Amino acid sequence: MAELARDTLREMQLRMLRIRAFDERASKMVKRGHIPGTVHTSIGQEAQVVGATMALGTGDYMSGNHRSHGHPIGKGSPLGPLMAELVGKATGVCKGKGGSLHLADFAVGSLGESGIVGSSIPIANGAALSSKVLNNGKVALAFFGDGAANQGVLYESMNMAGVWDLPMIFLCENNQYALSTPAHTVTSGIISERAAGFGMPGIRVEEGQDVLAVYDAVSAAVARARAGDGPTLVEVITYRYNEHSEGLKLGTDYRNADEREAWLKKDPIVLFRQYLASQGFSEEELDGLQATALAEVDAAVAFSDASPYPDLSVAFDDLYTDKESVA
Amino acid sequence: MTVMSYLSAIGAAQREAMDADDRVIIIGEDVEANVYGTTGGGKSRSIEGDFLQRYGKNRIRNTPISEEGIVGAAAGAAMTGLRPIVDLSYSSFLYMAMDQFVNQVAKNRYMFGGQASMPVVFRSAMFYGLNTGAHHSDRPYPMFMNVPGLKIIAPATPADAKGLLRSAVDSDDPVLSFEACLLWSTKEDVDEDEFWVPLGVARTAREGTDVTVVAISSSVPEAVAAAEELAKEGVSVEVIDPRTLVPLDRNAILRSVAKTGRLVVAEPAHRTCGAAAEISALVAEEIFDSLRAPIIRVTAPDMQIPFSPSLEKQMYPTKASIAAAIRRVVDLPALEPVAAAV
Repeated sequence: MAELARDTLREMQLRMLRIRAFDERASKMVKRGHIPGTVHTSIGQEAQVVGATMALGTGDYMSGNHRSHGHPIGKGSPLGPLMAELVGKATGVCKGKGGSLHLADFAVGSLGESGIVGSSIPIANGAALSSKVLNNGKVALAFFGDGAANQGVLYESMNMAGVWDLPMIFLCENNQYALSTPAHTVTSGIISERAAGFGMPGIRVEEGQDVLAVYDAVSAAVARARAGDGPTLVEVITYRYNEHSEGLKLGTDYRNADEREAWLKKDPIVLFRQYLASQGFSEEELDGLQATALAEVDAAVAFSDASPYPDLSVAFDDLYTDKESVA
Repeated sequence: MTVMSYLSAIGAAQREAMDADDRVIIIGEDVEANVYGTTGGGKSRSIEGDFLQRYGKNRIRNTPISEEGIVGAAAGAAMTGLRPIVDLSYSSFLYMAMDQFVNQVAKNRYMFGGQASMPVVFRSAMFYGLNTGAHHSDRPYPMFMNVPGLKIIAPATPADAKGLLRSAVDSDDPVLSFEACLLWSTKEDVDEDEFWVPLGVARTAREGTDVTVVAISSSVPEAVAAAEELAKEGVSVEVIDPRTLVPLDRNAILRSVAKTGRLVVAEPAHRTCGAAAEISALVAEEIFDSLRAPIIRVTAPDMQIPFSPSLEKQMYPTKASIAAAIRRVVDLPALEPVAAAV
C-alpha cells in the first residue's frame, strides 16, 4: 500500500469517531422518544464504512441501505442536517421527508439510502453508466449487506456492470446477520466468490475491522474502475454491536455472547488508535479527535433542536419538478 | 407534413431527441437490431437511419433481459446526468421491475427532499388484441396511475406519439409511455419538423354536444367510429382523448361533460380501479349536477385475457360496445344485445 499522509490517517479516525458518536447519540434519542420511529446503527462497522467511503473521491457516487447513517458521514456529509433529518426537522438533509432510512446528500455524491434490501444497488450501477457514457472519470459504489447478497437485482446489476465494464464497486458489508438470520444459514458458498461468475475480481476482506485493510482493498477496486477495467466485488467481514434496529428486543438469543465479546476486542476505533499511536500520534492528539467528534455531534443535536418542524405544505412539495402535475 | 405510422412517429421522436441532446441514450432489449422498429430508419433496419450506426454503441445499448436491473440503472443514470429512454418492449415486463418503479423511480425525488431529478422515459407496448395469451396482453397503466411520482402517457395517434414522446424526454420527471400495439400501423399526416405535445393536455378528437366519450389508447378510434355512426341518428358525440393519464387534464373532461351532461368512458384496461373509474369519480364529485344520465364505463372485464381469437375479441371496448353505451345514456333503444364488456 501507498504511504498515507498523516492528515488522511487522522481523518479516517475522525470519521469513524463521528459515526460512533452520532449513532450512540441517535440510539439514545430513539429510546427517549426524541427520534421518531427507529434507526439502524453502524456501531462496530465503522472501519468497513470509512475504509470504503474514503477510498472514493468527493465527486464519486454511492448508494446505501437501511444501516444508513455511516455512509453519508463517511463520505463527508455535515452532521447537523443529518441529525435534523433523523428528528424530522425542516433543516434535515431531505427536508424531513426521508428520515433515517432515506438519508441522501447529493452534494457529497450520496445518492440515497434505501429501506428496501438490495433496491439501491442498480441506482449506483446507473450512476456508473452515466460516468461511462459521459466519460467524466467518476466511479460509483453500492453498499449492501449479506442479506441483500441474496437479492436477484444484485446479480442483474453485476452482469450489466461486467458486460459494460462500468466503473463500479459492489461493496458487501457482511455483518453476518440479516436481522436474526445467520448469513451462513441462508447463503450458499462465499459471497465474494460469486464475482467469478461475472468475470470480475472478488475480494474478501477478512480483517474488516481494520480500516486500512478495507481502504486498500477498495482503493484497488476504485483504481481498476477509474482505469476503465470494470467492476469489482468487495466483501468485508464485520460485525454490528447493537441490535438490528434500536429498541428491538427479540426473545431469542440468535447471537452467541462469546462471539460478541470476541468482536468487541477487535473494535475498529481502538485498533486504529493503537496504530496511530504507533505512528507517532500523541495521546493528546488522539483524545482531541474523540473530543472533536463528540462536540460535532453535540452541535448537530443543538442544530436540530433549534430547527423548526417543516411547514405542513412541505408534504406536498417535490413529488414532481412542477407543482401542476399533482392531482 | 408527411405520412407516418404510429411506430415510425415514435422512431422519429427518438431520433429527434437523440439529435437534440447528447445526454439522451436508448437502452433496452434488442434496440441495436431495431427489432421493434423504433430505432431504425423506417419500418425495418436501414443503413441511413439505423440508430446504432448513427449514434454508436455508447448511446444505443442492448441490455440483458434484466428488467429490475435495467429500470434501476436507468433511474441512477437519470439522477446523475443522463436522460435515458428505456425500451421495455412488452408492458407486462414492467412487473419484473416493480420495486424499482415504485420504490426508486417514483419516490427518490420526494424522499430526498427534491435533490434528485429523474429525467427518464420508460416505453412499453401493450400487446393486447393480438392473440398472444395472458402474459403479453396486459394494459397495466392504471396500476401505475396509483403510484404518485410517475407521469403516464398513452398516445392514440401517430402525431401524439411523436409529440408526447418529445415532451416526455424533455421532462425532468419519470414518464411511462404505454403504446398500443394495435395502433402501430395507424397512419396520418405528421409534421416532420420538431414539435412537442405538452403533458397533461387532452385532445378533442371529435366535437359534439349530446354525449362526452372519454376514450383511452386504442379505444379512441373505436369511440370516434361509434360517434360517426351515432351522428347518422342525430346524436352529437364529443370524443376526448386525455393522452396523458398523469397528470390528467381534469378541466378538459369537466368542461366537456358540463356541456353535454352525459359521460361514457372507454378504455381497454380492467374495470376495477381503472382510469375509467377515476374519470367517472372525478365527474361525479365535481359536476354531479350537470349529469343528465348515469355515467357508463366501457372497459375490459375483470378477467384474464384468453388466447383463442374467438374468445379474445370480445374483451375490449369496440365501436359496437361504445355505441351501445352512448345509446343508453341518450335513451335510444338498443340495436342488438352487446355481449362484450359493459
